[in-house]
Amino acid sequence: MNQSEKIKKQMEYSHMVQKASPDSPIIMDCVKAFVSGGIICSIGQMLRNYFTGQGLSQDDTGLAVSLILIAASVLLTGLGLFGKIGKFCGAGTIVPITGFANSVASPAIEFKKEGWVFGLGAKMFQVAGPVIVYGTVTSIFVGIIYYLAKLVM
Amino acid sequence: MDIFKAFWVGGIICVIGQILIDKTKLQPGRILVMYVCIGCVLGALGLYKPLVDYAGAGATVPLTGFGYNLAKGVIEEVDSSGFLGIFTGGLKAAAGGISGAVAFSWLAAVFFNPKEK
Amino acid sequence: MIRKRLGRHTVKLDNPVYIASAASTAGKKESEGPLGEFFDITLGDDKFGESTWEKAESRIVAENMQLAIKKASMTASDIDYCITGDLLNQITASVFGIKEINIPFVGVYGACSTMGEAMGLGAMLIDGGFAENVLVGASSHFCAAEKQFRAPLGMGSQRPPTSTWTTTGDGAVVLTKNGNDGMPFITEVLTGDIVDMNIKDPNNMGAAMAPAAAELMTAYFKETKREPEYFDVIATGDLGYTGKTLVTELLASEGWALDSRYTDCGIEIFDKDSQDTHSGGSGCACSALVFTAKFYKLLAEGKIKKMLFMPTGALMSPTSSQQGESIPGIAHGVVIESRCCNGHI
Repeated sequence: MNQSEKIKKQMEYSHMVQKASPDSPIIMDCVKAFVSGGIICSIGQMLRNYFTGQGLSQDDTGLAVSLILIAASVLLTGLGLFGKIGKFCGAGTIVPITGFANSVASPAIEFKKEGWVFGLGAKMFQVAGPVIVYGTVTSIFVGIIYYLAKLVM
Repeated sequence: MDIFKAFWVGGIICVIGQILIDKTKLQPGRILVMYVCIGCVLGALGLYKPLVDYAGAGATVPLTGFGYNLAKGVIEEVDSSGFLGIFTGGLKAAAGGISGAVAFSWLAAVFFNPKEK
Repeated sequence: MIRKRLGRHTVKLDNPVYIASAASTAGKKESEGPLGEFFDITLGDDKFGESTWEKAESRIVAENMQLAIKKASMTASDIDYCITGDLLNQITASVFGIKEINIPFVGVYGACSTMGEAMGLGAMLIDGGFAENVLVGASSHFCAAEKQFRAPLGMGSQRPPTSTWTTTGDGAVVLTKNGNDGMPFITEVLTGDIVDMNIKDPNNMGAAMAPAAAELMTAYFKETKREPEYFDVIATGDLGYTGKTLVTELLASEGWALDSRYTDCGIEIFDKDSQDTHSGGSGCACSALVFTAKFYKLLAEGKIKKMLFMPTGALMSPTSSQQGESIPGIAHGVVIESRCCNGHI
């Protein structure tokens, strides 16, 4: 079979696959993500209001809210509940800081059997590592551009 | 009222993530990376701050808020300590969240074992 | 052409290779499924009393292999070769499971098609005169496979509707030269080409493997001049609902109608609605369990006279997938017949 025939066959098959594969129930998924994501942010807002009321600065408030949500998410992951909640909520629990915390805690727990150092210690950053890497790199780019812009102006 | 604002803005940001997951088959990890970078860039351009002012936790709790924090941190640090601030500002602003996630997860791994589905 | 070869893909055995026994050990979720009552051993929890899932899978292998030998009224010293495989890196589940049993070991990897590959090789070893009794099997474990191929279990992510659920368990059979008419027997061995239709979605394995099964079936019908009607049952590996639909369509486009004789082991093993398994079951154990727990019994009782058993596998690794490679598929088939109980049904 020559190359173009092969590609044609693959294209035809890819159409067949698309027809045969059921789509994700996107409307329902979005409703669940909206409500669950909204609820998590609302809880965040309540905590924010509380800490601001206690006289914390804006930065400290933000950190305190994050830490509480992270701790809750890690605890739920440890109890084996986050997987079930996440399956229902989808992006509603992945996109908030809870998803970040879950992505640190779940490999940490799972790879404990491969050892404390190269299991838990290394695999903890399986998903969170890239987030921190690209976050840091982006921030450094932002810093350089801002620094240069300041020099010019 | 501010809780309602946080609810709908946070909800919408999650829905965008959901559409990306369902339509593009991107893995959740990639969505997280994307969100942090987008938040950082929007923060640097000054576009994310108005959203934070309006929606509060609705904008800071999603991972874009984490990215926004990185941008805010690096800009403040460049202002206060000049060139070296480029390298310290971002992670300094994120230090609390990262250390929290690492420490809590380490503790969780000490006390919990993986559960079957 | 060599005498026993009917074509590029089909080997016809001179003498029947009998299947003396079949043993199945299944996980908890599998035991709650439609085949639950037919498994020999079911696990209360998927750790099976071990400290890790990997150890649990090895123990499943060890116990199920020994059960298969026992059910064939043999001992390990009667077995000339043991041919098994699994999904873990470097097939360690098999290795650590078999290492205490002391049978010359042949490790095979055909991803989820391993049971078909192992049965075919075992049958050829016996028909070639190299062995009298061969123990073959395949295993997989949901948690261990998920950890290796996808994300940690605690991660809160959704599974798309085309995804399949890795089966936990082990299926094993003892093949023998010296059988009797009460035993089902293998008459032909089918070996597929690697077929790559450029499917890259690891959540749609059925679509990646379906062309391999369809091509091997088509090749078999052409090489033997048989038609699907020759069989009472045609069962493919773990294609699930999506893959089964595709095989049916691919065969129809070649002019073959499979009709209701066609089923898929991924569909048989779980109840899609109550068990939330989306497209169905997968993993080496899927076809191995469905064959040993269901089809072997039906063959032995004479309720099925001729079947084509064709497990399918997706030949990818986490590395190849991350590097953007597509997912090539493979199919391995055996034709199994039964002479049991003529005229009594």
